[in-house]
Amino acid sequence: MGSNSLYGPIDPATDAGYVDAPPRMGFFTDTSVCIGCKACEVACKEWNAVPDDGFNLLGQSYDNTGGLSANSWRHVAFIEQPVTSDVLGSVSSSKSPQFLGMPTSEPPGKASPGPTSDFRWLMMSNVCKHCTHAGCLDVCPTGALFRTEFGTVVVQQDICNGCGYCVSGCPYGVIDRREDDGRAWKCTLCYDRIGDGLTPACAKACPTESIQYGELSELRERASRRVADLHSQGVPAARLYGHEEDNGVGGDGAFFLLLDEPEVYGLPPDPTVATRDLPKMWKRAGLAALAMAASAVVAFAGRRG
Amino acid sequence: MAEAHPVGFQWVIEAKKRGAKIIHVDPRFTRTSALAHSFVPVRAGADIAFLGGVVNYILSNEKDFREYVLAYTNASMIVSEEFQDTEDLDGLFSGFDPETRAYDQSSWQYAGQQDEGQEEGESHVDRETASGLEQESHGPPIPADVPRDPTLQDPRCVYQVLKRHYARYTPEVVERLCGVPQDKFLEVCEAWTANSGRERTTALVYSVGWTQHSVGVQYIRTGAIIQLLLGNMGRPGGGVMALRGHASIQGSTDIPTLFNLLPGYLPMPHVSQHETFGQWIDAIRHPEQKGFWANAKSYAVSLLKSYWGDAATEENDYGYGWLPRLTGDHGTYQQVLDMIDGKIKGYFLLGQNPAVGSAHGRAQRLGMANLDWLVVRDLFMIESATFWKNGPEVETGEIVPEQCKTEVFFMPAASHVEKEGTFTQTQRMLQWREKAVNPPGDARSELWFFYHLGRRLKARLGDSDKSRDEAIKNLTWEYGSSDEPEAELVLKEINGYDLESGKLLSSFTEMKPDGSTAGGCWIYTGVYKDGVNQAARRKPGSEQNYVAPEWGWAWPANRRTLYNRASADPEGNPWSERKKYVWWDAAKGEWTGDDVPDFEKTKPPSYRPPEGASGVEAISGDDAFIMQGDGKGWLYAPSGLIDGPMPTHYEPAESGVANPLYGQQANPTRKVYDRSDNLTNPSAPDRHAEVFPYVFSTSRLTEHHTAGGMSRQLPYLSELQPEMFVEVSPALAAERGLTHLGWAHIVTARAAIEARVMVTDRLRPLRIEGRTVHQLWMPYHWGGEGVVTGDSANDLIGITLDPNVLIQESKVGTCDIRAGRRPAGPGLLAYVKDYRRRAGLEDDSGK
Repeated sequence: MGSNSLYGPIDPATDAGYVDAPPRMGFFTDTSVCIGCKACEVACKEWNAVPDDGFNLLGQSYDNTGGLSANSWRHVAFIEQPVTSDVLGSVSSSKSPQFLGMPTSEPPGKASPGPTSDFRWLMMSNVCKHCTHAGCLDVCPTGALFRTEFGTVVVQQDICNGCGYCVSGCPYGVIDRREDDGRAWKCTLCYDRIGDGLTPACAKACPTESIQYGELSELRERASRRVADLHSQGVPAARLYGHEEDNGVGGDGAFFLLLDEPEVYGLPPDPTVATRDLPKMWKRAGLAALAMAASAVVAFAGRRG
Repeated sequence: MAEAHPVGFQWVIEAKKRGAKIIHVDPRFTRTSALAHSFVPVRAGADIAFLGGVVNYILSNEKDFREYVLAYTNASMIVSEEFQDTEDLDGLFSGFDPETRAYDQSSWQYAGQQDEGQEEGESHVDRETASGLEQESHGPPIPADVPRDPTLQDPRCVYQVLKRHYARYTPEVVERLCGVPQDKFLEVCEAWTANSGRERTTALVYSVGWTQHSVGVQYIRTGAIIQLLLGNMGRPGGGVMALRGHASIQGSTDIPTLFNLLPGYLPMPHVSQHETFGQWIDAIRHPEQKGFWANAKSYAVSLLKSYWGDAATEENDYGYGWLPRLTGDHGTYQQVLDMIDGKIKGYFLLGQNPAVGSAHGRAQRLGMANLDWLVVRDLFMIESATFWKNGPEVETGEIVPEQCKTEVFFMPAASHVEKEGTFTQTQRMLQWREKAVNPPGDARSELWFFYHLGRRLKARLGDSDKSRDEAIKNLTWEYGSSDEPEAELVLKEINGYDLESGKLLSSFTEMKPDGSTAGGCWIYTGVYKDGVNQAARRKPGSEQNYVAPEWGWAWPANRRTLYNRASADPEGNPWSERKKYVWWDAAKGEWTGDDVPDFEKTKPPSYRPPEGASGVEAISGDDAFIMQGDGKGWLYAPSGLIDGPMPTHYEPAESGVANPLYGQQANPTRKVYDRSDNLTNPSAPDRHAEVFPYVFSTSRLTEHHTAGGMSRQLPYLSELQPEMFVEVSPALAAERGLTHLGWAHIVTARAAIEARVMVTDRLRPLRIEGRTVHQLWMPYHWGGEGVVTGDSANDLIGITLDPNVLIQESKVGTCDIRAGRRPAGPGLLAYVKDYRRRAGLEDDSGK
């Protein structure tokens, strides 16, 4: 294991020992065109034979899945949100820019002066981030989790022993154990499709190309162009999430274009892989051990003395 | 659109990425609104006021595309002096007879043509038989020569009549009536007009909930008037697009599952109006009229030849006598009431779940429970197959399973991936589907079912000498030798062929009136041109022009945009380089372009018909709307519509608002079934309207499909929307003490249903006529069978229909909503009865 492989920008497949690995593949999920149809959730379950996740009305807008879990590897979040017009940007040519849509029962002209809030409905299809430095993989004691030649992270179900270390190792709270058999499950980025040159099921089913699959380097370029486009179209709130190679997980294999702060979507603002600090911790532990040994020596020496 | 048509919505997203501005007009903020630049809330049931306001904006600001309007619409035609408008008669047009609630339409005609109008008796029959449906591809009757004023100054020209009619639909009135703030409304007007004209076009897209109103046809008419005024018809990027509710709904009107139509929009003969073959043919072709319907006899004879082959001869009028006859209203709702009354004994239900999906679910179920037999073909055991043992009426004691006499035959059906055939989508494009897998178990295709049903009927009647059985005995019925009939043989029969040579026809212009050709649907002729299944073509868009003429096949004649002659100016030149589509090539002496020209190929723009011409010959070189009787797009409809020549705002049949514009409250010609089991909530200004103080609307969720037969049976879809719910605004929740995720029940004169409460800012009360109007919304997917179950929203809705096409008003009504669950068991009936008593409805019925 190279000294650098726990943090910072690397090519994870090469780092894992693949020679002549194919390009790193990933997802770019552009939430600005997501229509919340949930085709990704269904296509994923169909292809991967994931069981249903229960039939519960959650009351979280139109989200009745609740979040990513062992039985939901794609999850569409719905956020109903009053926003002020400056956040939304000047998408409207209305003569009164403060009114962008929602009606009011106040008589005309009786509404309170000043900028009134408007409404927007954010939708985002969430998924495993396939981190460059994957906490789940780093802590897996059995080798069930492995790095593929595409740089993605996959669980081998026949090896997983259900210890659950990976669950606490994931900085995004993605990987999860199934209640019935205790094993850990998550998105495989359709490892059994992409090896045959097929698009992962969710991206294939997405009608608006909100979920885009491809070579990660190309997706990153595409995403920065899209952000620039949105900024020029008057949507200043557009920003990328998880694309930076120097973030806490060394860059996400699945990254996002968001229209608000990550917390709004239930995403951690500054995720860090727990194992990033291992070398430092080892160093400190080593120093502490040395210091202890030294003090022991000193102590013994002192007694002799 | 994003809610019910997520796959089609990808093109809206693509247009948005390229800079298009998306405006969404809807009573509630939906997934479509979320992606639109601008969301315009509107009161459910007030769309004509909204669109009429747009018409007024266009006319009063002279924003119409004047050259287009002059050349291709009937703007300059002079209307009869006898015509009186709703503005003169407080909401009625001239000719209204309160007895029959129908119009004598003679005064609506163009000047000098008053004898041509429908009289009220005919109007009444037209309503009974939904004759408006025939005009899908069929201009209603109108003679060719009409006085005109090209200056548009004559006070009786259509342009001025229209202008006066909509003069009161000002932005202030739109705000008062629809709850749309004036600046928001003007934003729509400005965007729509600015994006129309020589250089630009605007598409109007609606989902079919728009049609489900007592003025549904007039909603679409208002949209069509705007699109004509702005020059957006027959041009690329323009049009009025109906997003159909299911795959191949367009196909099911082309080759109809409707009681009043035969394939290709030929009318089903009426017992008294079309006694003879000649009367029937003349009723279709209107001998004095312009256009392609003049050849109706060829289409009709070819259809009869395809039904009865050699048995159809000139001597027996090609078997015309074997066709069924209409005797009145045989629409689906009349049939349900007839079932309740014991007049109908047996019923086939194919791919339909009326116990959940049709208006007045209780009437649907009680009707089916009074049959002798019922055949249900579906993918799953749906509510319409189990109503007799699991329906809500079993709980209330109205249906006792041991006593219910209906014998239900359930036939498992193959899904669309388990059989081959075509879908016809909203652009009239046929796309052939291959079979991917065999159907499971005993499930069979629709084609298999009907083929073998027909085969067995023919075998049973083989020895019959009764004349009534001849229609079935003589049917041609050869579709291959295997157990599963060959779908391509059916498509070939639909396409039609020359009976002499056996050659497949390439165009309906090859059809003959002498019985030498056969063809099952004249508008589909050409789908098997050159012996090739044209619907199966799949040439990628990147390998052909942007119109993609080699992907599938569109009727008629593979035309992708109808009336595309209008994409060129009267002289035949493109209106602009940017919107070039079909134009006249003077050097070659023919029409050419990116699409198949919707015009006679070599008829020059300068052509003027000789005196006394009719039919195709009478179409002038600048008559772009070739199927219309006068060759023009109609801003004003002098005939063909039962409820008026111009759309007028009427309140829905149930409304808490007194019509602010006219004394006439609702559509005076709407089809009503006045019965004690089909009561209508009282409307303002009548007494007791306050018993049902809220407006409700229903529609679909992306996660489910219509009555749920194809989605509530599947865990992966059911988990995404697992329970029936009702969306209310925070203000209404506060007013009625409703809590998020708590229970509520909704009550109308028909039923009370329960649902979980979803309190959301996506619904907000509107300010209408100076007072607050609360709207609530429900999905209509739930019923008693499947992985997830719940009460059905359609139980709330009564049967009131649009007079032109007999579609139900199921997208707006009034109701009450209360916290908590509804009573269960027989107590439910008493509970609803008490509401009716308070609404003054029980005394009237005497029950």
